[in-house]
Amino acid sequence: MGKNILEVRNLVKHFEVSKSVFSRNKKIVKAVDGISFDIKAGETLGLVGQSGCGKTTTARSLCLLDPKTSGTVNFNNPETSKMESIDEIDDDGIRVFRRNMQMIFQDPYESLNPRWTIKDIIKEPLDIHNIGSLAEREDAIVEILRTVGLTPPENYLKRYPHEISGGQRQRVSIARTLVMKPKFVICDEPTSMLDVSIRISIMDLMLNLAKELDVSYLYITHDLAVARYMCNRIAVMFNGKIVEIAETEELLQNPIHPYTKRLISSIPIPDPSYKRERYEINFDELDKIISNNTDEQMVDVGNEHLVATHDTKGFFIET
Amino acid sequence: MSQKLLEVTNLSMHYDTLDGNVDAVKNVSFTVNSGESFGLVGESGCGKTSVAMTLLQLQPDNSVITEGSIKLEGKELIGLSENDLRKVRWDSISIVFQGAMNAWNPVIKIGEQIREAMREHYPQNSKQENINKINELFKMVGLDESISERFPHELSGGMKQRAVIALALSCDPKIIIADEPTTALDVVIQDQILNEIKKVQNLLGLSLIYISHDIAVIAEMTDKIAVMYAGSIVEIGPTQSVFESPKHSYTRALLDSTPSIRGEKKKLRSLDGEPPSLINEIQGCSFSPRCPSPSSGCKNQSVEMGLIQIGEEHFVDKCCSECV
Repeated sequence: MGKNILEVRNLVKHFEVSKSVFSRNKKIVKAVDGISFDIKAGETLGLVGQSGCGKTTTARSLCLLDPKTSGTVNFNNPETSKMESIDEIDDDGIRVFRRNMQMIFQDPYESLNPRWTIKDIIKEPLDIHNIGSLAEREDAIVEILRTVGLTPPENYLKRYPHEISGGQRQRVSIARTLVMKPKFVICDEPTSMLDVSIRISIMDLMLNLAKELDVSYLYITHDLAVARYMCNRIAVMFNGKIVEIAETEELLQNPIHPYTKRLISSIPIPDPSYKRERYEINFDELDKIISNNTDEQMVDVGNEHLVATHDTKGFFIET
Repeated sequence: MSQKLLEVTNLSMHYDTLDGNVDAVKNVSFTVNSGESFGLVGESGCGKTSVAMTLLQLQPDNSVITEGSIKLEGKELIGLSENDLRKVRWDSISIVFQGAMNAWNPVIKIGEQIREAMREHYPQNSKQENINKINELFKMVGLDESISERFPHELSGGMKQRAVIALALSCDPKIIIADEPTTALDVVIQDQILNEIKKVQNLLGLSLIYISHDIAVIAEMTDKIAVMYAGSIVEIGPTQSVFESPKHSYTRALLDSTPSIRGEKKKLRSLDGEPPSLINEIQGCSFSPRCPSPSSGCKNQSVEMGLIQIGEEHFVDKCCSECV
């Protein structure tokens, strides 16, 4: 594992919402509120948290799908091998950035155009970025279909998304993403819509491709068991903030933040003889404390295990 | 315990479609004792929900029950008139539907929707009695009393799901069928709901039929499980014994494909292929095309499907019991 491929510092994304169409009182929703993390080349970082904690907003801001409110994102430009801030690069730079940063969406039923064939879907990014000659593009499509396990590729090129199953659709999404040979892929719950037996094959496929093609992932999920299987490191997010970030096993064995403990204790264990102990916390209290501490730094407790610092007394519930 | 409450024997049901008959439930038998939690697990499309719907006789119009019986406290449910069924539904069996949070009528207050069911089953009760009962139920599932005066859109997903559980409990049923009650919820809310269901079950001594594709949830919630594949039960037994010594290759594949946050990080095994289409008649063992170690006999037409006993209350499909 080498140098950083992405450095995020104090990323903030606020949304303005008004109570009614004519209301002047705008309320600000702090969807992502000052998060920082690094991703190294070839590494998978998991981003876990409850629904509504800002995981997907983070992903969308990183992809430039939504403009961020503030903060810096530095990206390792593979053409110059230098860290460049995405705010300062020109249009060509943005194009390079976009080519190297791809996203896999949650729902394979909605993220593929139903009126396009599989070939069209995978070819689109190559056309947009004008990569290779027409013949080379065809070869690249066949090649990538083989890589993601849709064989023989000729059988799939002419088909439409409704003609293939959910697992195969997600493979097409992955193919569309990886045909660009990106350095960094954001995966937004790519397996949560899939059946149990297919889920593992998609996860294994992504892990293998990461090794083969040297891709880094930001893997978004709410399921810690999945995150453990996929990720080298895990960042736990709560209400727009990262509260703890550490190596996967270190985080699971030795969680420090109460929210992390609560999250770990809520994962069912596939072993009927194991009695899970529930760790209760007071979410309202935690929410208040976290939103009041805006500029606290995270502290390193050793082994690159970072924890948010705030007064965590008061929101334990005695059980 | 150990008093038979629900007894399903040789239940077979198919859907009559333009493409042919879809055999959704094939020769399914199981019993649920009072106070027991029974789990039904399998991939999507394996017939779990069809079984649940048939238990309540709520299956769609194009379904045909070809044979079998469903006995609730010794009383046959198949063939009952709609009027008699109304007395059974909710009074004896109630159901928490899959995605039940979307089952609420958006323009009627939560409390009124629950009272509607209660009026039907307890016409003698006064409104105030019903309100008191609802408040009691809400307390049980961890909701505030004021929720009954709210509309469904004012509640979060988890709150709606709790209210659905209160609705299912409103007429003092003996069995609750929970069909993937937590699938659309995130982990922390799921944990709270599961906790609530378990608590209520213990408190009221209910039987529970829990349907899910999530092995981990089933492991925690149930005493006895049945693994379904392609419309049939392929393995059934006490949860403990099925998890410790799974005999059917499909059960083992399900267990091997479930990640856990406890214990050694193990390499998970995926199950290749897809479940068979239920339209065509399946030759031989239905699992043989995906079986990691099929014997030559499995694909043979003459293979007899059926369960044989291999342990105390632990039954497994004949074909796979011989493979290992």
